[in-house]
Amino acid sequence: MPRSLLAITDVDRAEVARLLRVANRFREVMARDIKKVPTLRGRTIVNLFFEASTRTATSFELAGKRLSADVISIKGKGSSLEKGESLKDTVLTLASYAPDVLVIRHQSAGACALAGRYTDAAVINAGDGKHAHPTQALLDLYTVEREVGPIDGLHVAFVGDIAHSRVARSGIAGFRMMGAKVSVVGPPTLLPRHAEESLGVDVSTDIADIADADVVYVLRMQLERMGPGRLVPSLREYAATYGVSHARLRPGQRVMHAGPINRGVEIADDLADDPGTLIVPQAANGMIVRMAVLYDLIAAPEGASEQRSALGDAVAV
Amino acid sequence: MSATVLVDGDQLRRTVARIAHEIVERHADPAAIALVGIHTRGVPLANRLAELIKSFAGAAPALGTLDIALYRDDLGSRPASPIVHDTRLEFSITERAVILVDDVLYTGRTIRAALDALLDYGRPPLVQLAVLVDRGHRELPIRPDYVGRNFPTDTRERIAVRLTQIDGVDEIVRHTDEEVR
Amino acid sequence: MTVTLAQRGGDSASLVIRGARVLDPVAGIDETRDLVVRDGVIGGDPTGLPEVAGSERVVVPGFVDPHVHLRTPGREDMEDIATGSAAGAAGGFVTILAMPNTSPPVDNAGILASLLDAAREEARIRVGFYAAITAGQRGQELTEQVELAETGAAGFSDDGVPVANAEVMRRAMQYQGITGLPLVLHEEDPDLSGSGVMHEGAVATRVGLAGIPGVSESIAVARDAALAEYERARIHICHVSARETVEEIRRAKTRGVAITAEVTPHHLLLTDEAVVGLDPSRHKMNPPLREQADRQALVEALVDGTLDCIATDHAPHAGHEKDAPFEEAPFGVTGLETAFAACYTHLVRPGHLDLEMLVRRLGADPARTLGLPEPSLCDGATADLAVVDLGARQVVGDAGFQSKSTNSAFLGDALYGVVELTIAGGQIAWRR
Repeated sequence: MPRSLLAITDVDRAEVARLLRVANRFREVMARDIKKVPTLRGRTIVNLFFEASTRTATSFELAGKRLSADVISIKGKGSSLEKGESLKDTVLTLASYAPDVLVIRHQSAGACALAGRYTDAAVINAGDGKHAHPTQALLDLYTVEREVGPIDGLHVAFVGDIAHSRVARSGIAGFRMMGAKVSVVGPPTLLPRHAEESLGVDVSTDIADIADADVVYVLRMQLERMGPGRLVPSLREYAATYGVSHARLRPGQRVMHAGPINRGVEIADDLADDPGTLIVPQAANGMIVRMAVLYDLIAAPEGASEQRSALGDAVAV
Repeated sequence: MSATVLVDGDQLRRTVARIAHEIVERHADPAAIALVGIHTRGVPLANRLAELIKSFAGAAPALGTLDIALYRDDLGSRPASPIVHDTRLEFSITERAVILVDDVLYTGRTIRAALDALLDYGRPPLVQLAVLVDRGHRELPIRPDYVGRNFPTDTRERIAVRLTQIDGVDEIVRHTDEEVR
Repeated sequence: MTVTLAQRGGDSASLVIRGARVLDPVAGIDETRDLVVRDGVIGGDPTGLPEVAGSERVVVPGFVDPHVHLRTPGREDMEDIATGSAAGAAGGFVTILAMPNTSPPVDNAGILASLLDAAREEARIRVGFYAAITAGQRGQELTEQVELAETGAAGFSDDGVPVANAEVMRRAMQYQGITGLPLVLHEEDPDLSGSGVMHEGAVATRVGLAGIPGVSESIAVARDAALAEYERARIHICHVSARETVEEIRRAKTRGVAITAEVTPHHLLLTDEAVVGLDPSRHKMNPPLREQADRQALVEALVDGTLDCIATDHAPHAGHEKDAPFEEAPFGVTGLETAFAACYTHLVRPGHLDLEMLVRRLGADPARTLGLPEPSLCDGATADLAVVDLGARQVVGDAGFQSKSTNSAFLGDALYGVVELTIAGGQIAWRR
C-alpha cells in the first residue's frame, strides 16, 4: 500500500514537526522570482473535488504545479461525477492514468478510505464529510507555530459548531498531538456528545470561557449542513451569544478561522478584517503546507522500513 | 569494514587554505564573489574558505547555502525522503561570480542539481565549483575549478569528509565495505 | 388463521446418523447415540438406511429465523427465494420468515400468494412471508389485514421503517383481534434517528459520523408497549440493539404486556468500535452496532429471557451499492450462514451462554414466539435438524456464500461450528 494521509492521526508528533519544517523550505521558494521547483517533474496528481471548495482546491492545484507535477483537477460540476458515476468507478478510471497522488474532497466520511482500496496512488484527504481534514490541521499548526510560537503548552479554544466540523475534529486532534490544551465552546446543540472523553477537550457552553485561551479558533456556522432553525433558535441569537468580537477578546489573543467566513454570524465584521488575526496567514500558508505533504508522500517510497520517517506508516483503511 | 585515514587534520587545513589561495588568485576582488555551500558539509567548508579569503585578501566574499533536495533526480528511489535544508542566498546572484562549494565530487549529480537550484535564483555571470575531494566516477560532464585532493576510488568505497564544525574532527577517511553502496 | 410456510417438494430424507451427540434441550435429550430419519420423520427402523458419520458431531433441532430479507420481488440481484433459503439451509435453518419491504412491498394478497407459489417451487427450507402493516409501508392506511391473513401471511411488519403514527399502530393492534397474527415491529423514532448512520456515542464523535441514539429505539418501544397494553395486543420487537430498549421490554414484561423481542448475532457480538474502519459492507446496519454496555445488556437479556430469541435480520445488498462511502451505503448485513457459528464461537466457547440455550434461542424459542412449528428431535417429529461439527473452524467467505451477497459482518473471521447437514421439513436441504 502507498502511504496516504487520511486523518491527522495518521502522522505522529515528530512527523508533523518535520512536515512543518519542510513547509518552511517552500515558504522560501515562494519568496523567489521563480516560484517553482522541479521536484515532482513527471509525477501526476489528480485533484478530485466532489464537494465545492475554493481555497483547498486552488491551493492543492497550485501546490502541485509549483512542484512541477502534472496536475489534473476534476470538480463535481460538469464531470462524470455529476452523471452519477460511482466513486469507485471514478477512482478506477483515474487509476488507469497511474497517478502518484489522488487528492479527494467528498461530502461523505470514508470516501477517501474507499478510494484507497481501488488505487495504488497515495490518497490525500482534502476533507470528507464531517470526518477529517488533515491538511487544514497541518496548515493551522504551521500558522500558529510561525505566528504565535511553540504549540506545546498553548491553550486553543474552538468556538461554535464543533459537531459538524471536520476542521474542528482534525484541528483538535492536531493541536492536542502537539501538546496544546484544547477546549470547545458552543451551544449544547452544536457540541458533540461525549466530547470530553472522545476528543480529550474541556467543554463549555459559556463564551466567557474563551478568556483563558491563547488562540481562539472560530468555526464557520455551516448553514448548508442544517435545516433552518433546527440546531440553533436563530442566527441572530447565535451571533449575540457566541459570535466572537473584539469585545469578547482580551489583548494578545489570536483569532483563527478556516473560511469561508459568515461575517456578523460567528465572527464580527471588523474582527474578520483585523490584521492581528491569523486568518490571512492561514489562507497564505495552505499552499506551502500542501506542497510539503505532496513532497513528502512522493519523496519517500513505499515498502521501506522505519527509515522512511516522512508521513509514517499511514495506510488506507 | 575497514577505514583508512587518507588526510589528517593538519593536511586538511592546509588543503583548504590552498583552495582559498587559488580562489584569491583568480578573483582579485573577493567582495565581488559569493561562496555558496551545498548542504551538508559544503556549508562549513564555504564558511572556512570565506574566513581564509578574508584573512588573505582583506575582504570577505558573500556567503550562502544551497539545498538541493527539491532538485534531486532520484526522488522516491531512496530509502528515506531527503532531509530538506534551508537555502540562504541573501544577495543578488546576478551580480556576482558564484563558487559552489562541496566536500566530495563523485558522480556529478549533486552539482547538476545544485546548478539547477542556483539558476532558479537568477543568472550569475560566472559559476565555478570548489571541492575538497574529487574521487572520480563522473556520470555527467562536470569538472571542478578548485580541487583539494584527487583520490581514485573503487565504487564500493566511501570517502567521508569530517569537519570539526559537524563531526568534531578534521579528516578524510576511506571506508571499504561490500555493504556500502 | 394459520400461517402458511412454503417449501419445494422433494424426496423425503431417509438416513441414520451414527454415534452423534443428540441434543434437544426442549425435549430434555442429550445423549450420544444413533439418530434415525425415515421418510422425513425422526425415529424408526435403521435397517438398510444410508449412514452419516456422527462422531464428534452434534445433532440439534433446526434453527428458525423470524427475520430475513429475501429481496424478492424487485431485487433478485441481491437475493431470491432459492438463494436465500439455501443460505438458511447452510446455516442450519429449517424455517425463515421474510420481511415485506420489497419492491413492490408485500402489501396485498396477490403478491403474497405469488411469493408463496414461488417458494413452493424454489425454497429449500420452509419460508413464510410477512405482509406489510400499512399500504406501501407508508405508515398511513392499513393493508387488507384479513385477506392477507387468509392468504397465509406469517404476520405483519413494516420492517425497514417504523410506523410513526401511533393511531395507525393502534388500529393495527385492534385488527390483530381478528387475524391473531403477530405484529413485528421495527422500532425507531425517525426524527431522533435523523440522518444518523451509526450509533450516537464516543466513536461517532471521534469519526464525525451522524449518530442514531439508543433512545430513538427505546422511545418507540415504550410507545408501542403502552399501546399493546391498552389494546391487549401482542407485539414482537425486531432487532433490539440498545440497553435502554432492554429496560423498556423488561418493564413491559413485568407488568404483563404481551411483548416478545429478538436480537441479532451482530448486535450480540460487535460494538461501534468496529465502525472506525468505515467499511459499510460489514458494519453499517440499522439499528447500528452500539457500545460495549449495550452489547453486554443484550447478552444478559438473552440469557435471562427478556430477549426471547435470536434473529439474523439477514439483509443482502449488492456489492456495488455497499462499495460506497460509509454515509452513502445502504444499511444491512447478511447473517443466515454465520448466525450459529458466530454465536457459538463468541458466546458459547468463552462461556457467556451454554450450548443448550443457544440452540433454544435459535430454534424452539423463535418458533414459539412467532407461532411456528417447533423443531424437535423426538421420535415421530418431522425431521427438522442440523448436524454441526463444533470443533471444525471455517473462515467466513473462504468457501463463498450460498447467498448472492457477501456483506457479512463476520467476513474473514475464523468461526467454530460448521453445519454439515440440514434436514428441513423432512428433506435434505444442505449437505456440505
